[in-house]
Amino acid sequence: MKFFTHIGKYMLLMGKVFSRPDRFRMFFKQVFKEIEIIGMNSLGIVAIVSVFMGAVLTLQVGINFIHPLIPNYLIGLTVRDTMILEFASTIICLILAGKTGSNIASEIGTMRITEQIDALEIMGVNSANYLILPKVIAALMFFPILTLISIMLGVAGGIGVALLTDVVTFYDYLDGLRLFFQPFYILYTIVKMLVYAFIITTVSAYHGYYTNGGALEVGKSSTIAVVYSIIAILVMDLVITQLMLT
Amino acid sequence: MIRIENIEKSFLGAKVLLGVSAEFYEGKTNLIIGQSGSGKTVLLKCIVGLNQPDNGSVFYDDRNYSLANFKTKKAIREEIGMIFQGSALFTSETIQDNVMFPMEMFGNQSKKEKLLRVNQCLERVGISGTNHLFPGELSGGMQKRAAIARAIVLNPKYLFCDEPNSGLDPKTSLKIDELISNITKDYNITTIINTHDMNSVMQIGENILFLNNGVKDWEGTNKVMFDSDSETFNSFVFASEMAKLLKQKQ
Repeated sequence: MKFFTHIGKYMLLMGKVFSRPDRFRMFFKQVFKEIEIIGMNSLGIVAIVSVFMGAVLTLQVGINFIHPLIPNYLIGLTVRDTMILEFASTIICLILAGKTGSNIASEIGTMRITEQIDALEIMGVNSANYLILPKVIAALMFFPILTLISIMLGVAGGIGVALLTDVVTFYDYLDGLRLFFQPFYILYTIVKMLVYAFIITTVSAYHGYYTNGGALEVGKSSTIAVVYSIIAILVMDLVITQLMLT
Repeated sequence: MIRIENIEKSFLGAKVLLGVSAEFYEGKTNLIIGQSGSGKTVLLKCIVGLNQPDNGSVFYDDRNYSLANFKTKKAIREEIGMIFQGSALFTSETIQDNVMFPMEMFGNQSKKEKLLRVNQCLERVGISGTNHLFPGELSGGMQKRAAIARAIVLNPKYLFCDEPNSGLDPKTSLKIDELISNITKDYNITTIINTHDMNSVMQIGENILFLNNGVKDWEGTNKVMFDSDSETFNSFVFASEMAKLLKQKQ
C-alpha cells in the first residue's frame, strides 16, 4: 500500500515538475549551473572508473581466452562490446546514482528542512519546477556524453594494458575493436543512459523534496534515494535490454 | 486587511485549530501569540496557504484565498513577503542574489534598477555593504535583516513573520521588532507576526490574538492586555517575574 502511495506522490510531483517555468531566463541559468554540478563535476570519477574498468576487463578477458582456437583479437572486441553494452551505461550510472543522487536528495532535503522551499512557494514560485526540472534537463543532456566518454576511456584503458603487458598485442586488440561493430549498440546504450538519468534525478529529488524532520532525516532520504535509484536502474536495465536487444 | 473565518485544521485526527476567526489590519503589527503547540504556526501556514484548512476561509482584501483559482492564488502570493524562523535564505547564493531573487522571478526592471533596489532594501534594514557575503558569513540578527530585505523588495501588501526573534538576544530582538514595525507603518503593510516573545507583545502588539489549544482565547491591544480577565491569557503573558512587576505597576 505504501508503495502505491509513493508512486502517487511521485506522479503528482512530476506533474508539478513538468510545467512551464515561471521565468525562462532563470530556468536556463539553473540548467547551466546544474550541468556543471551534475555533469562536469562527475567527469573525474567517470574517467577514473572507465579507464580502470577497461584495463581490468582486458586483463581478465585475456587471461580467460587462452585457447589455440580463440583468436586474440576477440579480446578487443569483447572489451569494446562490454563497455558499450553494460559498463559505460549501467555501471557508470550506478556510480552516478551514489554521487549525483545523494547530492540531489541532500540538497533538496536540506532546503526543505530549512524552509527554503516554503520561502519559494510563498513567493509564488513553483518550487518543484524551479528546483527539479533544471536537474533533469541537465542530466538528460550530459549523461549520454558521459557514456560516450566512458566508452572511449574504457577502450583506451585496454590499449594501455595491450601496450604495457603481453596479454594481447596492440595490433590484435585494435583488430578486435574494429571487428563486427554494430552502431545500434551505441543507440541502445544512449537510450539506457537517458532513462537512468531521468530515474536518478527524479527519484532522488522526490526523496529530498518530501524530507521531514532534521539533519538525520536528510541523511536517511539521501540513502533511500540512492538505494531506490539503483533498484530502478537495474529493473529498467532488464526491461530495456529485453525490449531492444532480443 | 486579512480576515479569517472559522479556520479548522487537524492532523491525523488530532484537532489543532478549532474554528478561529479574526481580522488583521493594514498598517498595524498584528500578533498571534500562544504557548508552544497552541496552533500559532499552523494558523499562520493556513493563512499563507502552506497548509490547506479543513474548514473556513481566508480573505485577502475581500479576495477569498481558499476558493481562489491557481492564477489568483499566484497573484496573491506575489503580494506576500514572509520572514521565516530560521531566515530561510538560499545558502548557496550571496545576500545580493537572495534579495534580488523575487525581482529576477517576477520583476521586469533592468539589472541596474534591480541593483539599486537591492541596495535600498539592504540600507533600509541596516546591512548595507553585505551584498557579496553568503548567509553563513552573517550573524543571526543580520540574517534576519537580510530575510526582511528579501521580503520587502517587491513592496508586499502583506508581511508574515514566523517567530522573527527566535535565537536572538533581547537587544537585537527589540531592533528587529522596531524594524518590522517601522516598515509596516512606512509601507502601510498588513503584518502578521507569530511570536511568544513577551517583549514583542509589549512593544509592538497593536492587535493581539491569543490562541489557547487551537481556540481564540483573547483579542486586543498591548494597551488593554493588563485589564484582561482571561485566566489562561494572564497566566501566559504574566508568567515571568518582570511581567508580574509590570502588571503591578499598571
